[in-house]
Amino acid sequence: MQHMVKAIVLAAIVLAAAIATNFARDLAYQVHAIIIILVAGYLFIREIGKIGDKPLPVETGYMDGVIRAGVIATVFWGLTGFTVGVWIAFQLAFPSLNLTEWTGPYLNFGRLRPLHTSAVIFAFGGNALIATSFYVVQRTSAARLFGGNLAWFVFWGYQLFIVLAATGYLLGGTQSKEYAEPEWYVDIWLTIVWVAYLVVFAGTIYKRKEPHIYVANWFYLAFILTIAMLHIINNLSVPVSIFGSKSVSMFAGVQDAMVQWWYGHNAVGFFLTAGFLGMMYYFVPKQANRPVYSYKLSIVHFWALIFLYIWAGPHHLFYTALPDWAQTLGMVMSVVLWMPSWGGMINGLMTLSGAWDKLRTDPVLRIMVVSIAFYGMSTFEGPMMAIKAVNSLSHYTDWTIGHVHSGALGWNGMITFGAIYFLVPRLWSRERLYSLKLVNTHFWLATIGIVIYASSMWVSGIMEGLMWREVDAQGFLVNAFADTVAAKFPLMIIRGIGGLFYLTGGIVMAYNVWKTITGAGAAKPKQATNAIPAE
Amino acid sequence: MAKKPEKKQPSTTGHSWDGVEEYNNPLPRWWLITFYLTIIWAIGYVIAYPAIPLINGATPGLLGYSSRAEVQKDIDEVNLRNAPLTERINDLELAAIAGDEQVGEFAFNGGKAVFQTFCAQCHGSGAGGSLGYPSLIDDDWLWGGTVEDIYESISSGIRDESNDYTRFSSMPAFGADGMLGKEEIGILASYVSALSGINGAGEAELAAGQELYLQSCAACHGDNGTGDRFLGAPDLTDAIWLYGSDMAALSETITNARAGVMPAWSGRLSESQIRQATVYIHSLGGGE
Repeated sequence: MQHMVKAIVLAAIVLAAAIATNFARDLAYQVHAIIIILVAGYLFIREIGKIGDKPLPVETGYMDGVIRAGVIATVFWGLTGFTVGVWIAFQLAFPSLNLTEWTGPYLNFGRLRPLHTSAVIFAFGGNALIATSFYVVQRTSAARLFGGNLAWFVFWGYQLFIVLAATGYLLGGTQSKEYAEPEWYVDIWLTIVWVAYLVVFAGTIYKRKEPHIYVANWFYLAFILTIAMLHIINNLSVPVSIFGSKSVSMFAGVQDAMVQWWYGHNAVGFFLTAGFLGMMYYFVPKQANRPVYSYKLSIVHFWALIFLYIWAGPHHLFYTALPDWAQTLGMVMSVVLWMPSWGGMINGLMTLSGAWDKLRTDPVLRIMVVSIAFYGMSTFEGPMMAIKAVNSLSHYTDWTIGHVHSGALGWNGMITFGAIYFLVPRLWSRERLYSLKLVNTHFWLATIGIVIYASSMWVSGIMEGLMWREVDAQGFLVNAFADTVAAKFPLMIIRGIGGLFYLTGGIVMAYNVWKTITGAGAAKPKQATNAIPAE
Repeated sequence: MAKKPEKKQPSTTGHSWDGVEEYNNPLPRWWLITFYLTIIWAIGYVIAYPAIPLINGATPGLLGYSSRAEVQKDIDEVNLRNAPLTERINDLELAAIAGDEQVGEFAFNGGKAVFQTFCAQCHGSGAGGSLGYPSLIDDDWLWGGTVEDIYESISSGIRDESNDYTRFSSMPAFGADGMLGKEEIGILASYVSALSGINGAGEAELAAGQELYLQSCAACHGDNGTGDRFLGAPDLTDAIWLYGSDMAALSETITNARAGVMPAWSGRLSESQIRQATVYIHSLGGGE
C-alpha cells in the first residue's frame, strides 16, 4: 500500500516535470526539469517493483549506511571542488583558460566560481557535516537515527540539491547572491531537505539514552537551525514565471545587501564555524583519547559565539551605503567575537595537554591539531580585518581570499580530513587505515599548500590595497586598476600552485580511503561484534 | 630549571558520552580578561560612534563621526588646495596649458589619473587601444588630434545619443541593406586592402575595385582613401585598422558597417578634469 502511494506521487512528479520541460522558458530550468524526470522516473520504477513486498524487519543498531555514503560523497565532492578551484585560480592568471572559443560561456570564470564555492562549502563541507553529525549524534545519544529512512532522504535529497545547483550555475541560472546562487525552486527543495535533516537530528537527540546532550550536538543543532533561518530569509523572492528559473529578490538596494551579508557571514559563522566545531568537539577528544579541557569554557564560548556571530554581517559592507550605525555594530560585534571564537581553539588544543607526545606518532591527530591552529589564526585575522581602518586596506583585495582560504582549507578542510581518517576504519570495520604514511604525506601536501596559498594572497592583497590608495603629492591616483592586475600576475600563479598541492593531498586521501574500504594491505576486515546496538 | 609543582589533576563533570568526558577546568583567566576588555572597548566605541538605531535615525555618538562627512572632508581639502590650479587650467587656452609653468605638470598628472580611472577600460592603461578601441598614442586620428579636437571628443563623446553635441556619422551597411552584392563586397575588400598596401591585387581587379570605391566609398573616405576627419571617416591608406585588416574583417565592415561609441564625459567629469585629460592624451605621442 505504502509503495503504491509513493509510486502514484512519483508518477505525478514525473508528469509535472514533463510539463515543465515543455513550457520551460530557459535552458537551466529545462535541464533541471529533465533531471527531475530521470530521478523521479527511476524511483517510480523502483517503487513499482517493491509493490507486494513484505515490509523489511526494523533494524535496531546504529544507522551507519547513510554515514558511509556521506563519507564517500564528502571525498568525491571535495576532489571536485578542489579541482574546479585550481582551474579557476589558473583562469585568473591565464584568461584563455576560460575556453570561450570552444565552450562558449559555460566554463568561464563567472560560472565556475560559484561552482567552486558551492562545491567546497555545501557539497564537501555540507556532506561532511551531515555525515559526521549523524555519526556523532548516534554515538553520544546512544540511539539510532530518528525517522527510519528519512536520513536516506536527507542524503539523496541533498545530493540532488548539489547537482541542481551546480548544473544551474553552468547553464546560467543564478540569483547572483554570493553563496546563495541557486534559483527559487532549488531553494525550495533545499528547504524541504533541511527540515527533514532537522527532524532526524532533533528526533535522535529527543530519544537519547544519555541524560545530557553532548556539547558537539549543541553546535550541530545551532548550525542546522540557524542555516534554516538564514536560507529561507535570504532567498525570499518572487519567480518571474513558474516555468522559468529567474526570480526577483524581495529586498532591494542596501537592505538587499545587508540581508545578503547577514546570510553570507553567518554561512561562515554557523555552517563553517559552529558546525565544524561540533565535529571538533567529538573527533579531537576521541582521537586523542583525552577528556575535553573545560566544560565551563564550552558553555560560555558556545553561547557567546551564537549570540555574537549573527550581528557581524555588516563588516562586509564597510564604507558603503550601509548606515554608519550598522557599520559600527558590525565592527564591535566582530571584535568582541574574537575570544568566543578562540574558546573553541583553547578547548581543542588544551584537550591535548598531557598527550602532546601523540602528535609524534599519530598523523591523524596532527591533521586535527593543525586544523585547530588554522582555526585560531583565521578567527584572529577575521576580527582584525573587521576593524574599519584595517578593512579600508583589505576590502576587495586578495587578502580577503587568503583569509577565507586559511579558514576553509586550514580549518574546515583539515578537520574534515581528520574526521574522515577517524571514521573510515570504524564505518567499514577495518583494523586500521590502509596507510598512515600516506596520511602523513597528505598532511604535508595540504599544509604546504595552505601556506603557499595564504601567503601569496597576503602579499597580493596588501600590494593591491596599497596600490589602489596610492596618491601623488597633488592628490591624484597613481595606479590604474589594470596596473594592479598586472602586478599580481606572479602571485596568481603561486596561489594556483598552492591549490595544486592541496588538491594532490586530497587525491592521496581518496586513494588511502579507497584502499581502506576495499580492505587492502593492513586494512584487514575486523572480526565482527564491533557495532554496539543502540536499542 | 626548577621543577614546577605537579598540577592537581582536575575532576571531570562525571558524564561520559561514547567514552568522551569533560574536565571541570575553570575559564582561562587571560581568556576571560581579554573577553571583558573587548566588551569594555565595544561599549566605549558604541558611545563614541553612531551605533544604536532609534525610531528616527540613530544615536550620533559623542565624536559626531560620519563616514560621508569624513570622505567629503578629504575631498574638500584636496580641492581647496588645488583650486587655484584648476581655475587657472580653466582660464588658459587649451594649447597653452601643457607649456604653462604653474599648471603644466599638474594637468598632466591629473589627466593621467582621469585617464586611468575612466578611459583605460577601453583604450588600455597604456592608451594603446585594442580591437574596436582606437589607439591614442599614434597620429592616426579619426576625429582629429589637436587639443581642441581631443577636448571635443572627450567632452561630447562619439555617437553618444544622450549628448546633443556628440560627434556623429554613420557608415552605411552596404551588404546588410542590399546596396552591394557579396561579390562586389569581396572586390571592394581586396581593393581597400591593396590601398593600405597589405595585399597586392591584379590590375583588372584593381580597376573594378576602384570603380566600386568611387561610387560607394569616396564620398566619405576621399578619392584617395585618406579619410575625412570631419566625418570621422578613417584613413584607409595606412596600415592601422581599428576592426582588423584581414579579408573577413574587411568584408564584415563593408557588409554591416561599424559605428563605435564613446560616452560624453561633460557632466560626469569637471571642466578642469576634461582639460587635464586632453593635455595628457595630447602628450602621448600623436598630438597635433
